[in-house]
Amino acid sequence: MLNQLTAAEIAAKLRAKEVSAREVTQSFLDRIVKEDPHYNAFLTVNSDQALAQADQAQSKIDSGEHHPLCGIPIALKDNLSTRNIKTTCASRILENYVPPFTATSVQKLDDIGAISIGKTNLDEFAMGTTNENSAFGSVHNPWDTERAPGGSSGGSAVAVSAELAPLSLGSDTGGSIRFPAALCGVVGFKPTYGRVSRYGLVAFASSLDQIGPFAKNVEDAALLANAISGHDPLDSTSLKNSQINTSDLKTGSLRGLRLGIPEELFGPEIDPQVREVFELACDNLAREGAEIKRLSLPSINYGVTTYYIIAPAEASSNLARFDGVRFGPRIEKEGHIESFSATRGELFGPEVKLRIMVGTYALSSGYYDAYYHRAQQVRGLMTAEFERAYQDLDFIISPTSPIVAPKLGGITDQMALKALDLCTIPANMGGFPSISIPCGLAYDLPVGFQLTGPVMSDEKILQASYAIEQAFGRDYRRPPIL
Amino acid sequence: MSISLDEVRHVANLARLQLSETELLSFQGQLNSLLGHFEDIQNLDVSGVAPKPHAVAMQNVFARDIAHQPLPREEALRNSADTKAGLFIVPTIIEE
Repeated sequence: MLNQLTAAEIAAKLRAKEVSAREVTQSFLDRIVKEDPHYNAFLTVNSDQALAQADQAQSKIDSGEHHPLCGIPIALKDNLSTRNIKTTCASRILENYVPPFTATSVQKLDDIGAISIGKTNLDEFAMGTTNENSAFGSVHNPWDTERAPGGSSGGSAVAVSAELAPLSLGSDTGGSIRFPAALCGVVGFKPTYGRVSRYGLVAFASSLDQIGPFAKNVEDAALLANAISGHDPLDSTSLKNSQINTSDLKTGSLRGLRLGIPEELFGPEIDPQVREVFELACDNLAREGAEIKRLSLPSINYGVTTYYIIAPAEASSNLARFDGVRFGPRIEKEGHIESFSATRGELFGPEVKLRIMVGTYALSSGYYDAYYHRAQQVRGLMTAEFERAYQDLDFIISPTSPIVAPKLGGITDQMALKALDLCTIPANMGGFPSISIPCGLAYDLPVGFQLTGPVMSDEKILQASYAIEQAFGRDYRRPPIL
Repeated sequence: MSISLDEVRHVANLARLQLSETELLSFQGQLNSLLGHFEDIQNLDVSGVAPKPHAVAMQNVFARDIAHQPLPREEALRNSADTKAGLFIVPTIIEE
Protein backbone atom coordinates (compact mmCIF):
# COMPACT_ATOMS: atom_id res chain seq x y z
CA MET A 1 0.00 0.00 0.00
CA LEU A 2 1.49 3.33 -1.11
CA ASN A 3 0.01 5.26 1.80
CA GLN A 4 2.12 3.31 4.28
CA LEU A 5 5.38 4.22 2.58
CA THR A 6 7.63 7.15 3.41
CA ALA A 7 8.24 9.83 0.80
CA ALA A 8 11.75 8.46 0.23
CA GLU A 9 10.32 4.98 -0.39
CA ILE A 10 7.71 6.31 -2.84
CA ALA A 11 10.48 8.29 -4.56
CA ALA A 12 12.44 5.06 -5.04
CA LYS A 13 9.41 3.38 -6.61
CA LEU A 14 8.88 6.36 -8.92
CA ARG A 15 12.53 6.25 -9.94
CA ALA A 16 12.35 2.51 -10.58
CA LYS A 17 9.18 3.07 -12.65
CA GLU A 18 7.28 0.63 -10.43
CA VAL A 19 4.58 3.24 -10.13
CA SER A 20 3.69 6.48 -11.94
CA ALA A 21 3.30 9.93 -10.40
CA ARG A 22 -0.36 9.90 -11.49
CA GLU A 23 -0.97 6.57 -9.73
CA VAL A 24 0.65 7.89 -6.56
CA THR A 25 -1.36 11.12 -6.63
CA GLN A 26 -4.62 9.33 -7.49
CA SER A 27 -4.15 6.86 -4.65
CA PHE A 28 -3.77 9.65 -2.09
CA LEU A 29 -6.69 11.62 -3.59
CA ASP A 30 -8.85 8.49 -3.27
CA ARG A 31 -7.75 8.05 0.32
CA ILE A 32 -8.61 11.64 1.17
CA VAL A 33 -12.12 11.26 -0.28
CA LYS A 34 -12.66 8.01 1.58
CA GLU A 35 -10.97 8.70 4.92
CA ASP A 36 -10.93 12.44 5.54
CA PRO A 37 -14.58 12.64 6.60
CA HIS A 38 -13.37 11.01 9.85
CA TYR A 39 -10.74 13.71 10.44
CA ASN A 40 -11.71 16.98 8.69
CA ALA A 41 -8.01 17.52 7.96
CA PHE A 42 -8.50 19.05 4.50
CA LEU A 43 -10.30 22.30 3.67
CA THR A 44 -9.58 22.10 -0.07
CA VAL A 45 -8.53 19.12 -2.17
CA ASN A 46 -6.81 20.10 -5.42
CA SER A 47 -7.85 17.01 -7.42
CA ASP A 48 -7.57 18.34 -10.99
CA GLN A 49 -4.54 20.52 -10.44
CA ALA A 50 -2.77 17.72 -8.55
CA LEU A 51 -3.29 15.24 -11.40
CA ALA A 52 -2.05 17.79 -13.95
CA GLN A 53 1.02 18.39 -11.77
CA ALA A 54 1.52 14.63 -11.53
CA ASP A 55 1.67 14.30 -15.32
CA GLN A 56 4.24 17.09 -15.52
CA ALA A 57 6.21 15.42 -12.74
CA GLN A 58 6.15 12.16 -14.66
CA SER A 59 7.79 13.83 -17.69
CA LYS A 60 10.54 15.10 -15.40
CA ILE A 61 10.99 11.63 -13.94
CA ASP A 62 11.07 10.08 -17.42
CA SER A 63 13.76 12.53 -18.46
CA GLY A 64 15.92 11.12 -15.66
CA GLU A 65 16.83 14.43 -14.03
CA HIS A 66 14.63 15.03 -11.06
CA HIS A 67 14.51 15.96 -7.39
CA PRO A 68 13.66 13.16 -4.91
CA LEU A 69 10.37 14.93 -4.09
CA CYS A 70 9.31 15.10 -7.74
CA GLY A 71 5.92 13.36 -7.99
CA ILE A 72 5.40 13.24 -4.20
CA PRO A 73 2.06 14.62 -2.93
CA ILE A 74 2.40 17.25 -0.22
CA ALA A 75 -0.44 18.77 1.85
CA LEU A 76 -0.19 22.49 2.65
CA LYS A 77 -1.47 24.31 5.70
CA ASP A 78 -4.20 26.68 4.54
CA ASN A 79 -2.31 29.80 5.63
CA LEU A 80 0.23 29.27 2.82
CA SER A 81 -0.74 31.35 -0.19
CA THR A 82 -1.38 29.31 -3.33
CA ARG A 83 -2.04 31.12 -6.60
CA ASN A 84 -5.54 30.35 -7.91
CA ILE A 85 -6.23 27.99 -5.00
CA LYS A 86 -8.38 29.19 -2.12
CA THR A 87 -6.42 30.11 1.02
CA THR A 88 -8.79 30.59 3.94
CA CYS A 89 -6.67 30.53 7.13
CA ALA A 90 -9.73 28.65 8.45
CA SER A 91 -11.41 32.04 8.84
CA ARG A 92 -14.73 33.29 7.52
CA ILE A 93 -13.03 36.60 6.71
CA LEU A 94 -10.96 34.79 4.03
CA GLU A 95 -13.54 32.12 3.19
CA ASN A 96 -13.43 32.88 -0.54
CA TYR A 97 -9.96 34.41 -0.81
CA VAL A 98 -7.99 33.20 -3.85
CA PRO A 99 -4.41 34.53 -3.71
CA PRO A 100 -2.90 36.02 -6.86
CA PHE A 101 0.56 34.71 -5.87
CA THR A 102 2.21 31.64 -4.36
CA ALA A 103 4.29 31.42 -1.17
CA THR A 104 8.00 30.93 -1.86
CA SER A 105 8.11 27.62 0.06
CA VAL A 106 5.26 26.26 -2.08
CA GLN A 107 6.75 27.68 -5.28
CA LYS A 108 9.98 25.82 -4.56
CA LEU A 109 7.99 22.59 -4.26
CA ASP A 110 6.10 23.35 -7.49
CA ASP A 111 9.40 23.98 -9.25
CA ILE A 112 10.84 20.58 -8.32
CA GLY A 113 7.65 18.77 -9.37
CA ALA A 114 6.14 18.00 -5.96
CA ILE A 115 2.33 17.74 -5.99
CA SER A 116 0.22 20.23 -3.99
CA ILE A 117 -2.53 17.78 -3.09
CA GLY A 118 -4.63 20.04 -0.89
CA LYS A 119 -4.94 22.69 1.79
CA THR A 120 -5.21 21.60 5.41
CA ASN A 121 -7.35 22.75 8.30
CA LEU A 122 -5.88 24.83 11.12
CA ASP A 123 -6.86 27.00 14.05
CA GLU A 124 -8.15 30.27 12.60
CA PHE A 125 -5.09 32.33 11.55
CA ALA A 126 -2.95 29.67 13.30
CA MET A 127 -4.17 30.82 16.72
CA GLY A 128 -4.80 27.81 18.93
CA THR A 129 -3.39 24.80 20.68
CA THR A 130 -5.87 22.06 19.83
CA ASN A 131 -7.22 22.95 16.35
CA GLU A 132 -10.66 23.56 17.84
CA ASN A 133 -10.64 27.22 16.70
CA SER A 134 -11.19 26.56 12.99
CA ALA A 135 -14.22 28.30 11.47
CA PHE A 136 -14.72 25.10 9.48
CA GLY A 137 -14.82 22.60 12.32
CA SER A 138 -12.32 20.85 14.56
CA VAL A 139 -9.79 18.35 13.26
CA HIS A 140 -9.90 14.84 14.74
CA ASN A 141 -6.87 12.85 15.88
CA PRO A 142 -6.45 9.50 14.05
CA TRP A 143 -5.22 7.89 17.29
CA ASP A 144 -8.66 8.55 18.78
CA THR A 145 -11.10 10.58 16.74
CA GLU A 146 -12.73 11.92 19.89
CA ARG A 147 -9.44 13.63 20.70
CA ALA A 148 -7.81 16.80 19.40
CA PRO A 149 -4.82 16.55 17.06
CA GLY A 150 -3.15 19.58 18.61
CA GLY A 151 -2.81 22.91 16.88
CA SER A 152 -2.47 25.02 15.14
CA SER A 153 -1.25 22.90 12.18
CA GLY A 154 -3.63 20.07 13.16
CA GLY A 155 -4.75 19.31 9.61
CA SER A 156 -1.18 18.97 8.36
CA ALA A 157 -0.23 16.70 11.27
CA VAL A 158 -3.28 14.51 10.68
CA ALA A 159 -2.70 14.42 6.90
CA VAL A 160 0.61 12.62 7.56
CA SER A 161 -0.53 10.62 10.59
CA ALA A 162 -3.66 9.28 8.86
CA GLU A 163 -1.58 8.66 5.70
CA LEU A 164 -3.62 11.04 3.55
CA ALA A 165 -0.35 12.52 2.26
CA PRO A 166 3.24 11.35 2.73
CA LEU A 167 4.37 14.87 3.69
CA SER A 168 2.88 18.20 4.68
CA LEU A 169 3.86 21.75 5.54
CA GLY A 170 2.80 23.66 8.62
CA SER A 171 3.77 26.87 10.38
CA ASP A 172 5.08 27.20 13.93
CA THR A 173 4.69 30.42 15.95
CA GLY A 174 4.70 29.00 19.48
CA GLY A 175 4.74 25.26 18.76
CA SER A 176 2.16 24.91 16.00
CA ILE A 177 4.19 22.29 14.11
CA ARG A 178 5.85 20.41 16.96
CA PHE A 179 2.83 20.23 19.27
CA PRO A 180 0.41 18.55 16.81
CA ALA A 181 3.29 16.38 15.51
CA ALA A 182 3.74 15.07 19.07
CA LEU A 183 0.03 14.47 19.63
CA CYS A 184 -0.37 12.68 16.28
CA GLY A 185 2.80 10.57 16.47
CA VAL A 186 4.70 12.07 13.52
CA VAL A 187 7.91 14.07 13.08
CA GLY A 188 7.51 17.87 13.02
CA PHE A 189 10.39 20.26 12.47
CA LYS A 190 10.63 24.03 12.95
CA PRO A 191 13.81 25.27 11.27
CA THR A 192 15.86 28.24 12.47
CA TYR A 193 13.94 31.48 11.94
CA GLY A 194 14.97 32.83 8.54
CA ARG A 195 15.96 29.56 6.88
CA VAL A 196 12.59 29.15 5.19
CA SER A 197 11.11 32.20 3.48
CA ARG A 198 7.90 33.48 5.06
CA TYR A 199 6.85 35.18 1.82
CA GLY A 200 3.25 34.17 1.19
CA LEU A 201 2.68 32.77 4.68
CA VAL A 202 -0.27 34.77 6.03
CA ALA A 203 1.40 36.55 8.93
CA PHE A 204 0.34 35.84 12.52
CA ALA A 205 3.35 36.98 14.60
CA SER A 206 6.07 37.90 12.14
CA SER A 207 9.02 37.68 14.53
CA LEU A 208 8.03 34.14 15.59
CA ASP A 209 6.42 32.48 12.53
CA GLN A 210 8.38 29.81 10.71
CA ILE A 211 7.34 27.24 8.08
CA GLY A 212 8.40 23.62 8.44
CA PRO A 213 7.68 19.99 7.51
CA PHE A 214 5.64 17.12 8.93
CA ALA A 215 6.76 13.61 7.98
CA LYS A 216 6.62 9.96 9.00
CA ASN A 217 10.32 10.01 9.82
CA VAL A 218 13.36 12.26 10.11
CA GLU A 219 14.73 11.39 6.67
CA ASP A 220 11.53 12.59 5.00
CA ALA A 221 11.39 15.72 7.18
CA ALA A 222 14.97 16.52 6.19
CA LEU A 223 14.18 16.03 2.50
CA LEU A 224 11.32 18.51 2.71
CA ALA A 225 13.27 20.98 4.89
CA ASN A 226 16.05 20.95 2.31
CA ALA A 227 13.58 21.59 -0.52
CA ILE A 228 11.79 24.59 1.04
CA SER A 229 14.77 26.36 2.64
CA GLY A 230 17.13 28.94 1.18
CA HIS A 231 17.54 32.70 0.91
CA ASP A 232 14.63 34.63 -0.58
CA PRO A 233 14.89 38.33 -1.48
CA LEU A 234 11.09 38.57 -1.07
CA ASP A 235 11.43 38.03 2.71
CA SER A 236 13.65 40.62 4.37
CA THR A 237 14.15 38.35 7.40
CA SER A 238 15.39 35.49 5.23
CA LEU A 239 18.98 34.49 6.08
CA LYS A 240 21.79 34.30 3.55
CA ASN A 241 23.18 30.82 2.79
CA SER A 242 20.18 29.34 4.50
CA GLN A 243 19.43 26.21 2.51
CA ILE A 244 19.40 23.25 4.88
CA ASN A 245 22.05 20.78 3.78
CA THR A 246 21.15 17.17 4.49
CA SER A 247 24.04 15.35 2.84
CA ASP A 248 25.45 14.23 6.23
CA LEU A 249 22.06 13.27 7.66
CA LYS A 250 22.89 9.62 8.24
CA THR A 251 26.48 9.97 9.46
CA GLY A 252 25.73 11.12 13.02
CA SER A 253 26.23 9.21 16.26
CA LEU A 254 24.78 9.44 19.72
CA ARG A 255 28.18 8.86 21.32
CA GLY A 256 29.19 12.01 23.14
CA LEU A 257 26.05 13.92 22.15
CA ARG A 258 25.47 16.40 25.00
CA LEU A 259 21.79 16.75 25.87
CA GLY A 260 20.31 18.87 28.66
CA ILE A 261 16.92 18.50 30.35
CA PRO A 262 15.70 21.74 31.92
CA GLU A 263 14.04 20.96 35.25
CA GLU A 264 11.39 23.58 34.37
CA LEU A 265 10.14 21.15 31.69
CA PHE A 266 10.33 18.09 33.85
CA GLY A 267 8.25 18.97 36.87
CA PRO A 268 4.63 18.64 37.88
CA GLU A 269 3.52 20.49 34.70
CA ILE A 270 4.28 17.31 32.78
CA ASP A 271 1.83 14.39 33.02
CA PRO A 272 3.57 11.61 35.01
CA GLN A 273 3.03 9.01 32.27
CA VAL A 274 4.40 11.35 29.61
CA ARG A 275 7.38 11.94 31.88
CA GLU A 276 7.90 8.22 32.26
CA VAL A 277 7.90 7.63 28.48
CA PHE A 278 10.31 10.53 28.04
CA GLU A 279 12.58 9.19 30.79
CA LEU A 280 12.69 5.74 29.17
CA ALA A 281 13.61 7.41 25.90
CA CYS A 282 16.44 9.27 27.65
CA ASP A 283 17.72 6.03 29.23
CA ASN A 284 17.72 4.50 25.79
CA LEU A 285 19.85 7.36 24.41
CA ALA A 286 22.20 7.26 27.39
CA ARG A 287 22.81 3.56 26.74
CA GLU A 288 23.84 4.50 23.19
CA GLY A 289 26.42 6.92 24.55
CA ALA A 290 24.57 10.24 24.78
CA GLU A 291 25.53 12.36 27.80
CA ILE A 292 22.37 13.61 29.46
CA LYS A 293 22.41 16.14 32.23
CA ARG A 294 19.87 18.18 34.17
CA LEU A 295 20.03 21.94 34.28
CA SER A 296 17.85 24.89 35.23
CA LEU A 297 16.64 27.52 32.74
CA PRO A 298 14.36 29.60 34.99
CA SER A 299 13.23 31.97 32.22
CA ILE A 300 11.20 29.09 30.74
CA ASN A 301 8.67 29.80 33.50
CA TYR A 302 7.96 33.17 31.89
CA GLY A 303 7.69 31.85 28.34
CA VAL A 304 3.91 31.51 28.21
CA THR A 305 3.35 35.07 29.49
CA THR A 306 5.97 36.49 27.15
CA TYR A 307 4.49 34.64 24.19
CA TYR A 308 0.92 35.67 24.96
CA ILE A 309 1.97 39.31 24.98
CA ILE A 310 4.34 39.38 21.99
CA ALA A 311 2.36 37.14 19.63
CA PRO A 312 -1.00 38.94 20.10
CA ALA A 313 0.75 42.34 19.85
CA GLU A 314 2.20 41.38 16.47
CA ALA A 315 -1.07 39.74 15.43
CA SER A 316 -3.13 42.82 16.28
CA SER A 317 -0.94 44.75 13.86
CA ASN A 318 -0.76 42.06 11.15
CA LEU A 319 -4.51 41.44 11.17
CA ALA A 320 -5.30 45.13 10.77
CA ARG A 321 -5.21 44.53 7.00
CA PHE A 322 -8.45 42.54 7.14
CA ASP A 323 -10.93 45.36 6.88
CA GLY A 324 -13.25 44.20 4.11
CA VAL A 325 -11.73 46.53 1.50
CA ARG A 326 -9.17 44.42 -0.33
CA PHE A 327 -10.17 40.91 0.75
CA GLY A 328 -13.24 39.11 1.92
CA PRO A 329 -16.85 40.11 2.36
CA ARG A 330 -17.72 43.57 3.60
CA ILE A 331 -20.48 44.56 5.96
CA GLU A 332 -21.64 48.00 4.86
CA LYS A 333 -22.39 50.56 7.56
CA GLU A 334 -22.67 54.34 7.74
CA GLY A 335 -18.97 55.56 7.97
CA HIS A 336 -15.73 53.68 7.19
CA ILE A 337 -14.74 52.90 10.78
CA GLU A 338 -18.18 51.44 11.42
CA SER A 339 -17.87 49.32 8.26
CA PHE A 340 -14.41 48.04 9.18
CA SER A 341 -15.48 47.31 12.77
CA ALA A 342 -18.67 45.53 11.75
CA THR A 343 -16.83 43.40 9.16
CA ARG A 344 -14.09 42.42 11.60
CA GLY A 345 -16.45 41.94 14.53
CA GLU A 346 -18.72 39.67 12.48
CA LEU A 347 -16.16 37.60 10.56
CA PHE A 348 -13.27 36.97 12.98
CA GLY A 349 -13.76 34.07 15.40
CA PRO A 350 -13.70 34.47 19.21
CA GLU A 351 -10.06 33.43 19.78
CA VAL A 352 -8.78 35.74 17.03
CA LYS A 353 -10.79 38.62 18.47
CA LEU A 354 -9.46 37.89 21.96
CA ARG A 355 -5.87 37.94 20.74
CA ILE A 356 -6.39 41.15 18.77
CA MET A 357 -7.83 42.68 21.96
CA VAL A 358 -4.89 41.46 24.09
CA GLY A 359 -2.38 42.74 21.54
CA THR A 360 -4.08 46.09 21.12
CA TYR A 361 -4.19 46.53 24.90
CA ALA A 362 -0.51 45.56 25.32
CA LEU A 363 0.51 48.09 22.67
CA SER A 364 -1.81 50.88 23.80
CA SER A 365 -0.63 54.09 25.36
CA GLY A 366 0.18 53.65 29.04
CA TYR A 367 0.59 49.87 28.90
CA TYR A 368 3.29 49.48 26.24
CA ASP A 369 6.18 49.62 28.72
CA ALA A 370 4.61 47.32 31.30
CA TYR A 371 3.66 44.65 28.76
CA TYR A 372 5.15 44.73 25.26
CA HIS A 373 8.49 46.33 26.07
CA ARG A 374 8.98 44.19 29.18
CA ALA A 375 7.99 41.02 27.32
CA GLN A 376 10.66 41.78 24.73
CA GLN A 377 13.20 42.16 27.52
CA VAL A 378 12.17 38.79 28.94
CA ARG A 379 12.53 37.38 25.43
CA GLY A 380 16.10 38.72 25.44
CA LEU A 381 16.72 37.17 28.86
CA MET A 382 15.37 33.81 27.75
CA THR A 383 17.38 33.73 24.53
CA ALA A 384 20.59 34.63 26.39
CA GLU A 385 19.92 31.88 28.95
CA PHE A 386 19.53 29.27 26.21
CA GLU A 387 22.62 30.53 24.38
CA ARG A 388 24.66 30.20 27.58
CA ALA A 389 23.40 26.63 28.00
CA TYR A 390 24.43 25.78 24.42
CA GLN A 391 28.06 26.52 25.34
CA ASP A 392 28.14 23.18 27.19
CA LEU A 393 25.35 21.34 25.41
CA ASP A 394 24.42 20.33 21.89
CA PHE A 395 20.66 20.35 22.45
CA ILE A 396 18.03 21.08 25.07
CA ILE A 397 15.58 18.17 25.30
CA SER A 398 12.15 17.76 26.86
CA PRO A 399 8.76 16.23 26.14
CA THR A 400 7.22 18.25 23.29
CA SER A 401 3.87 18.48 25.07
CA PRO A 402 3.05 18.23 28.78
CA ILE A 403 0.11 15.95 27.98
CA VAL A 404 -1.11 13.44 25.39
CA ALA A 405 -3.91 14.41 22.98
CA PRO A 406 -6.82 15.82 25.02
CA LYS A 407 -10.48 15.05 24.34
CA LEU A 408 -12.10 17.52 21.93
CA GLY A 409 -13.73 20.14 24.14
CA GLY A 410 -11.99 18.58 27.14
CA ILE A 411 -10.01 21.63 28.24
CA THR A 412 -12.25 24.59 28.91
CA ASP A 413 -9.91 26.77 30.98
CA GLN A 414 -8.38 29.17 28.43
CA MET A 415 -5.20 29.67 30.44
CA ALA A 416 -4.68 25.93 30.93
CA LEU A 417 -4.95 25.55 27.16
CA LYS A 418 -2.41 28.31 26.55
CA ALA A 419 -0.01 26.87 29.12
CA LEU A 420 0.31 23.72 27.00
CA ASP A 421 2.77 25.65 24.81
CA LEU A 422 5.23 25.70 27.72
CA CYS A 423 7.78 23.35 26.14
CA THR A 424 7.62 24.67 22.59
CA ILE A 425 7.62 28.47 23.07
CA PRO A 426 11.34 29.03 23.89
CA ALA A 427 12.46 27.91 20.41
CA ASN A 428 10.30 30.58 18.77
CA MET A 429 11.54 33.25 21.18
CA GLY A 430 15.17 32.60 20.24
CA GLY A 431 14.56 31.62 16.60
CA PHE A 432 16.08 28.22 17.47
CA PRO A 433 15.56 25.12 15.34
CA SER A 434 13.45 22.54 17.15
CA ILE A 435 12.04 19.14 16.28
CA SER A 436 9.55 16.66 17.74
CA ILE A 437 10.14 12.93 17.22
CA PRO A 438 7.69 10.22 18.36
CA CYS A 439 9.24 8.39 21.33
CA GLY A 440 6.53 6.07 22.61
CA LEU A 441 2.98 5.87 23.90
CA ALA A 442 1.31 6.94 27.12
CA TYR A 443 -2.35 5.98 27.64
CA ASP A 444 -2.00 4.36 24.16
CA LEU A 445 -1.43 7.83 22.66
CA PRO A 446 1.75 9.26 21.11
CA VAL A 447 4.38 11.16 23.11
CA GLY A 448 6.83 13.52 21.41
CA PHE A 449 10.53 13.96 22.20
CA GLN A 450 11.72 17.51 21.51
CA LEU A 451 15.24 18.72 20.73
CA THR A 452 16.05 22.42 20.46
CA GLY A 453 19.44 23.69 19.32
CA PRO A 454 21.29 26.94 18.70
CA VAL A 455 20.49 29.14 15.69
CA MET A 456 21.72 27.56 12.43
CA SER A 457 22.22 24.10 13.99
CA ASP A 458 19.48 22.67 11.71
CA GLU A 459 21.84 20.22 10.01
CA LYS A 460 23.13 18.97 13.35
CA ILE A 461 19.68 18.69 14.88
CA LEU A 462 18.41 16.64 11.93
CA GLN A 463 21.51 14.45 12.02
CA ALA A 464 21.10 13.87 15.78
CA SER A 465 17.37 13.25 15.31
CA TYR A 466 18.07 10.64 12.66
CA ALA A 467 20.41 8.81 15.07
CA ILE A 468 17.89 9.19 17.92
CA GLU A 469 15.09 7.81 15.76
CA GLN A 470 17.27 4.75 15.03
CA ALA A 471 17.84 4.31 18.77
CA PHE A 472 14.09 4.55 19.44
CA GLY A 473 13.54 1.77 16.90
CA ARG A 474 12.63 2.14 13.25
CA ASP A 475 9.14 0.69 13.63
CA TYR A 476 7.05 3.71 12.77
CA ARG A 477 3.84 3.34 14.71
CA ARG A 478 0.60 3.74 12.81
CA PRO A 479 -2.60 4.81 14.51
CA PRO A 480 -4.56 1.61 15.28
CA ILE A 481 -7.57 2.88 13.29
CA LEU A 482 -5.54 2.44 10.08
CA MET B 1 -4.40 45.32 37.56
CA SER B 2 -7.96 44.94 36.42
CA ILE B 3 -9.62 46.24 33.29
CA SER B 4 -13.04 47.92 33.34
CA LEU B 5 -15.83 47.42 30.84
CA ASP B 6 -15.24 50.93 29.50
CA GLU B 7 -11.58 50.11 28.91
CA VAL B 8 -12.61 46.94 27.06
CA ARG B 9 -14.92 49.08 24.93
CA HIS B 10 -12.07 51.53 24.27
CA VAL B 11 -9.66 48.73 23.26
CA ALA B 12 -12.31 47.19 20.99
CA ASN B 13 -12.66 50.55 19.27
CA LEU B 14 -8.89 50.89 18.87
CA ALA B 15 -8.85 47.37 17.41
CA ARG B 16 -11.78 48.19 15.09
CA LEU B 17 -13.85 45.32 16.43
CA GLN B 18 -17.59 45.80 16.82
CA LEU B 19 -18.53 43.62 19.78
CA SER B 20 -21.89 42.85 21.34
CA GLU B 21 -22.46 43.59 25.04
CA THR B 22 -22.19 39.85 25.73
CA GLU B 23 -18.85 39.70 23.93
CA LEU B 24 -17.56 42.78 25.76
CA LEU B 25 -18.37 41.15 29.09
CA SER B 26 -16.80 37.87 28.06
CA PHE B 27 -13.62 39.60 26.85
CA GLN B 28 -13.46 41.62 30.05
CA GLY B 29 -13.34 38.37 32.02
CA GLN B 30 -10.81 36.75 29.72
CA LEU B 31 -8.59 39.83 29.55
CA ASN B 32 -8.57 40.13 33.32
CA SER B 33 -7.68 36.49 33.66
CA LEU B 34 -4.82 36.84 31.16
CA LEU B 35 -3.58 40.09 32.70
CA GLY B 36 -3.56 38.33 36.06
CA HIS B 37 -1.19 35.72 34.63
CA PHE B 38 0.93 38.42 33.00
CA GLU B 39 1.74 39.74 36.48
CA ASP B 40 4.50 37.13 36.76
CA ILE B 41 6.91 39.12 34.60
CA GLN B 42 6.22 42.41 36.40
CA ASN B 43 8.51 41.51 39.29
CA LEU B 44 11.26 40.02 37.15
CA ASP B 45 14.51 41.97 37.15
CA VAL B 46 15.08 42.98 33.54
CA SER B 47 17.16 46.08 34.25
CA GLY B 48 19.82 46.46 31.60
CA VAL B 49 18.34 43.74 29.36
CA ALA B 50 17.95 44.96 25.79
CA PRO B 51 14.52 44.25 24.30
CA LYS B 52 14.62 41.57 21.62
CA PRO B 53 12.16 42.37 18.85
CA HIS B 54 13.50 39.83 16.33
CA ALA B 55 14.20 36.11 16.46
CA VAL B 56 17.44 36.46 14.55
CA ALA B 57 18.74 40.03 14.36
CA MET B 58 19.77 41.32 10.95
CA GLN B 59 20.94 44.73 9.86
CA ASN B 60 20.74 46.71 6.64
CA VAL B 61 18.73 44.34 4.50
CA PHE B 62 18.64 45.96 1.09
CA ALA B 63 16.82 44.87 -2.02
CA ARG B 64 18.17 45.62 -5.46
CA ASP B 65 16.20 48.35 -7.13
CA ILE B 66 15.21 46.42 -10.23
CA ALA B 67 12.06 47.12 -12.21
CA HIS B 68 9.82 44.10 -12.52
CA GLN B 69 6.38 43.28 -13.81
CA PRO B 70 3.90 44.05 -11.03
CA LEU B 71 0.75 42.07 -10.31
CA PRO B 72 -1.84 42.89 -13.01
CA ARG B 73 -4.43 45.33 -11.70
CA GLU B 74 -7.38 43.01 -12.23
CA GLU B 75 -5.67 40.26 -10.21
CA ALA B 76 -4.90 42.65 -7.38
CA LEU B 77 -8.55 43.70 -7.30
CA ARG B 78 -10.01 40.22 -7.74
CA ASN B 79 -10.64 39.53 -4.05
CA SER B 80 -12.29 42.83 -3.21
CA ALA B 81 -15.96 43.08 -2.31
CA ASP B 82 -16.34 46.31 -4.27
CA THR B 83 -14.28 47.80 -7.11
CA LYS B 84 -14.92 50.32 -9.85
CA ALA B 85 -12.86 51.55 -12.79
CA GLY B 86 -9.82 49.57 -11.65
CA LEU B 87 -9.94 50.89 -8.09
CA PHE B 88 -10.96 49.62 -4.66
CA ILE B 89 -14.15 51.27 -3.48
CA VAL B 90 -13.94 52.30 0.16
CA PRO B 91 -16.62 53.76 2.41
CA THR B 92 -16.84 57.55 2.19
CA ILE B 93 -14.28 59.17 4.47
CA ILE B 94 -14.53 62.84 3.47
CA GLU B 95 -17.98 64.30 2.85
CA GLU B 96 -18.42 66.88 0.12
